[in-house]
This record gives sequence, C-alpha cells and structure tokens, in this order.
Amino acid sequence: MADRPITIREALSSALREEMHRDERVFIMGEEVGVWGGTYAVTRGFLDEFGAKRVRDTPISEMVIAGAAVGAAMAGLRPIAELMTINFAFVAMDAIVNHMAKVRYMFNGQFTVPMVLRTTSGGGKQLGATHSHAPEPIFAHFPGMYVAVPGTAYDAKGMLKAAIRDDNPVMFIEHSTMLQRRAPVPEGDDFVLPIGKSDIKRAGDDVTIVTYQKGLEWSLEAAEELAKDGIEAEVIDLRWLRPLDLEPVFESFKKTNRCVVVEESLPMFNVGSEVAAQLQNEMFDYMDAPVKRVAAMDVPLPYADNIEKMALPSPEKIIAAVKEVI
Amino acid sequence: MALPKKDILLEWYRQMVLIRRFEERCAELYQRGLIGGFLHLYIGQEATGVGAVAALGEQDHVITAYRDHGLALARGLDVNAVMAEMLGRRTGVSGGKGGSMHLADRDLHMWGGYGIVGGHLPLAAGIALKIQYMEEDGVVLAFMGDGATNIGYFHEALNLSAVWELPVVWLIENNQYGMGTSVERASGATELVQKAMAYCCGPNGRGMKKGPRLDGMDVAEVYEGISEAVEHARKHGPILVESLTYRLEGHSMGDPQRYRTKEEVESFVENGPIGRFRSFLCDKYKDIESTLDKIDDDMLKTIDDAVEFAENSEVPTEEDLISHVYVE
Ligand SMILES: Cc1ncc(C[n+]2csc(CCOP(=O)(O)OP(=O)(O)O)c2C)c(N)n1
Ligand SMILES: [Mg+2]
Repeated sequence: MADRPITIREALSSALREEMHRDERVFIMGEEVGVWGGTYAVTRGFLDEFGAKRVRDTPISEMVIAGAAVGAAMAGLRPIAELMTINFAFVAMDAIVNHMAKVRYMFNGQFTVPMVLRTTSGGGKQLGATHSHAPEPIFAHFPGMYVAVPGTAYDAKGMLKAAIRDDNPVMFIEHSTMLQRRAPVPEGDDFVLPIGKSDIKRAGDDVTIVTYQKGLEWSLEAAEELAKDGIEAEVIDLRWLRPLDLEPVFESFKKTNRCVVVEESLPMFNVGSEVAAQLQNEMFDYMDAPVKRVAAMDVPLPYADNIEKMALPSPEKIIAAVKEVI
Repeated sequence: MALPKKDILLEWYRQMVLIRRFEERCAELYQRGLIGGFLHLYIGQEATGVGAVAALGEQDHVITAYRDHGLALARGLDVNAVMAEMLGRRTGVSGGKGGSMHLADRDLHMWGGYGIVGGHLPLAAGIALKIQYMEEDGVVLAFMGDGATNIGYFHEALNLSAVWELPVVWLIENNQYGMGTSVERASGATELVQKAMAYCCGPNGRGMKKGPRLDGMDVAEVYEGISEAVEHARKHGPILVESLTYRLEGHSMGDPQRYRTKEEVESFVENGPIGRFRSFLCDKYKDIESTLDKIDDDMLKTIDDAVEFAENSEVPTEEDLISHVYVE
C-alpha cells in the first residue's frame, strides 16, 4: 500500500486505533486520555469511538496507573497505560522497576506483562527543571522491560504497533516537541516494525553518529552542514535503548573509525557511556579517536530561553564534536 | 451465618497447624543457615489467613505482601514446593528465584507475595479490572499490613478501586506493628478501617464500603466477615476490612523486639488462634481430641516430608539464572 506523509501524532493515533480494533483486550488508561482527548491530543475522539470501558480516565495517581496496568496485564489484558509526561514517571518508579520489569522473573515465568507504558519526554519548551527531563537511559537500566525511543512518524507507528503486540512490557517514550513532524508512513494494519533494531538514517563514510529521537533531528541537521565541508556522517538511529542493537554501529565504525554519540539526556551514565564502553570492548582495533559524547549540560534545565538552549545539545555542538574526532 | 460443617472446621484446624509447624521449621532452618534473606513468620496470624482464604471460591484471587507463607499454604500451594522455595531450590514455587517473600501459583490464583510495602495493591486493582472488563465472577482478596495503610500506594489503589467500582476486598491484617512502629505511632487514624471513609460515598453511594473490624484471632469470625465482604465485592465493588491480630514472633529473623514487652507478647500467646479454636472444637464435638491429635502428628510428618523433598531437590542452574527475564 502507498505511503502517506503524516505527523508523529497521527502515526501514534492510528497505531493505537488499529490495535484497539484488532484486539478487544487492548485498552487505554491514564490522566486525561478520554474526555480531554489526550494531553497531546493523541487519543482525541477515542472515547466516542471505543467507549469509557476501553478509554479510561484515571485520577492523578501515577503509582496506580503503572501498577494497575501491571496487574491487568498479568491477568490477561493488554493495557496501554499513559503517563502524561516522563517527569511524572519518577513517581511511578517502583511500579515500573520492581513490578512491571520484574514480576515475570521473580515468579519464574508464571506471569507475563504484555503492557505498554506510553509517555513523552524532552525539554526545550521553557518548562523549568521539573518538567524538562529526558531520562530515557534510566529506564534502559533494568532488565525485564523494553525501551522504545522513536524519532520519526514512520518509526513511531511501526514501533508502537510492535510494542502493543509484544508480550513483554515496553516503556514507549515519545518526544513532546516532535509530535508535528511529518514523514511518509505505509498505510494499512500490518505495518509493524521489529523490536530492537536500529536503523541507518543517513549513509556516510567519515564518522558514525549514534543517536535517537531529538538527537536524530539535531544530528541530521549537523550532517547536512558537515557535508558542505566534505565530511560525510553516517547517522544511526538506535530506535530502541532496550533491546540495544549496536551491530550496525559496529559495522559502520569499521569503515569510519570514529564515533560521536548524541542524546538529549544528561551527560553522566547515559547512552553515550554505554556505546563508548561497548565500542572500546568490541572495536578497539578500529579506533582512530576517542568516542565523543554530546548531551545536555550537567545542570537542571532552567526556565530562561537563552540559557535553556545553552544547556541542550545542538547541531553546532555536534559539528564541533565531529570536527574534534576527524 | 451458620457455621460450616465439621469436616470444614477440621480442615481449618489442619491448615492452621500446618502453617504453625511450617513456620517453626522455617525458623530452625534459618538458624541452621539453610534459609537465607528475610524470613517473615506468620505465627499468631493463622486464623486471619485461613479464615479469609476459606471464604473464597476457585474463581477468586489472592495477593499479599511478603508475609506470605501462611496464605500460600491456605490457598493450597503444594507444601513441598513452598518449602523448596524457602531453600532456594529449582522445584520451588518460584523456581528458587523468588524466595520467602515471593510465593505465587498462577493456577491457584495466588498472585504472589510482594516485598515492597504496598506495591502489590495497584496490582490487585489491575487484576480486579480484568475481572470486571471480561465480566467474570471473581473477587480479589488483597491482604496488607497495618503499616501498608500509610503508604501512597494504599491511597491510590483504594481510590481507584472506588472510582472504578472494582471487585476487591481490601483486608488489613492489623498485627499492631509495622516492624517496630506501633499503629498509634504511625497512623493518624488508629481504627484503620476508618480510612475507607476517605473513598466512600460518591454518586448513588458509589465507592468504598467501610467493612467490619474483625477479631482476627477467631477463625470462624474471620470466615464469616470475609464471606460477607466477598459477597459485597462481587455485587457492588470494593470494601475495606480490618482484622485485629498479633504477630507472636519478631518482624523478620533476628528482631530484638525492643518495641514491646515480653508480657505483651505472652498475653497474646495465651489466647492464640490455634489453641482457641482447638478449645472451641473440643467443646462443640465430644471425643474430637484424638482426631485433633492425629492432625497435629500428621502435620509434623508433612513438614518432615517437605523438608526432605526440598533438601533432595536440585539448586537452580545457570540456565535458570538467565531464563524468564523476557518472553522469548
Ligand atoms: C516501600 C517500603 N518501605 C520500607 C520497607 C521495609 N519494611 C519491610 S516490612 C516493613 C513493615 C511493614 O509493616 P506492616 O505493613 O504492618 O506489615 P507486617 O510486617 O506487620 O506484616 C517495612 C518498613 C519496604 N519493604 N518497602
Ligand atoms: Mg503490621
């Protein structure tokens, strides 16, 4: 079927809608998902279409949103629980880490937890320190769950459908500033992407840029600028932080021998730390320069527009990092 | 409510003795280093667990915190497999990966013991949601300690169950302490069942029902009270019940118990749930003593066999270590 350019918001909506039509056990629960239509309007119209049984507004109770979804999933439903933004996931941390990710293992495989915990991440909107987190690596720390970080409409749709269909718990993280981004997406119910596969978003021979989500946008912009100087960057979109697929990164590194990791999260104990460590272990003989990392500055994000921008990664910072390793 | 027939009463007695002997043996095995980690004994609380679980049918569900051995046995989990879990064997109910705090059996609708205070309460709501969503007939009986009524999970889970009218019996096992902190020192309301009123009485009386405060040392009273609560939950939605009981041993092993006096503990030993029920049975049925004695002997033998089974079972393998992290 033909591809049609749609926004990430539309991609998410259509994935949810299709999967709810496909499987009666799939339902949505969270704050403002029903009457309001979703904080980011992803579930607008769903209450009318599916009814209050399957589109369930909850009280402001993150611990029980995550925890009740775990229980419902263990019992055989397929919840899509929504945390309004990832900033509030910290309130639900115990339910996520100790129960969503662990009940299967702890009880030796007696239970499965086929749920998706959807949320939005990211700063850059002058929301201040408590509302501007991009803490994806924290969630990727724990075995027992998957972490999805789509950066395009195409990926958002195919990955969300995969997450809903999979029997493992998935933390599905969207970026709050990217919902209007548009890309061609295949039409039809059966467009589903594999779980745990990264994707080469731009080919190049001179440097490997490893990134995801907002970092992907910054990196592609940087790559266009670098091309003007004759530097061809290969941009690899991880798409999933767990399972983490570094095979394409290793392959790319064999030809470029240089790597920059770009992410919006904080600079310590982040995706860059992991990628750099694995490259050092697996690709030491191919290494021509230290792995560089571009991330947010090591401060809480401030309110004022100029210094918030200063704290976040940017194409300029990526270009500078690339030039250091070339 | 009429008391059940003699064979049922004898079954309650059997379960309470089984639990008591099981726990005593676990304490010994812990001292000998055969059980590791935490070990939270149910000694003193048997009447609450046995009476409450007896009120459930097969279609109903049980979930609890880490003080879970008694409830697992009352729900009918195989005593050999429970003992094997204590000893960390691969024949254990959780394959040796859960331990004392994490006993579950999906087929028996025993959804587990959980080590984080209150962490299982949202899970109970979720299981109840599935029952409601699929229009099934079951009820979830969710046990918790008195201490758990002070954690955020309690309030979020009870509130959600009230708003969604979920079929849950929330049962507070008030054994008067959360570790070393008495109810008076930890909770604004000391009659814990009062907390139901915070989630009560929305439109058309919707919401949490405030249930009774039961004498948790009287197995028959617990049975009756929980039977009525289960009926309420099945028809109308959530209800909060409190069972007044007492933990006769330390919180876990190696608790110096500085927070209470020997005299206080002694006062509960005298009126303990098993002795009390035994006297009741002896008054009610002439010549029953020999039957009870035989049950006592049988349970000792059952525990001996369980320990033998566990000790002869294999320990988990490296393959077990890495299995069931994900659905493959
Ligand atoms: C969230 C959390 N905080 C603290 C603990 C440590 N802890 C374990 S049991 C316990 C006391 C709980 O008391 P209660 O709920 O009355 O249950 P009881 O042990 O009396 O059965 C505490 C504080 C924990 N396991 N989880
Ligand atoms: Mg207690």
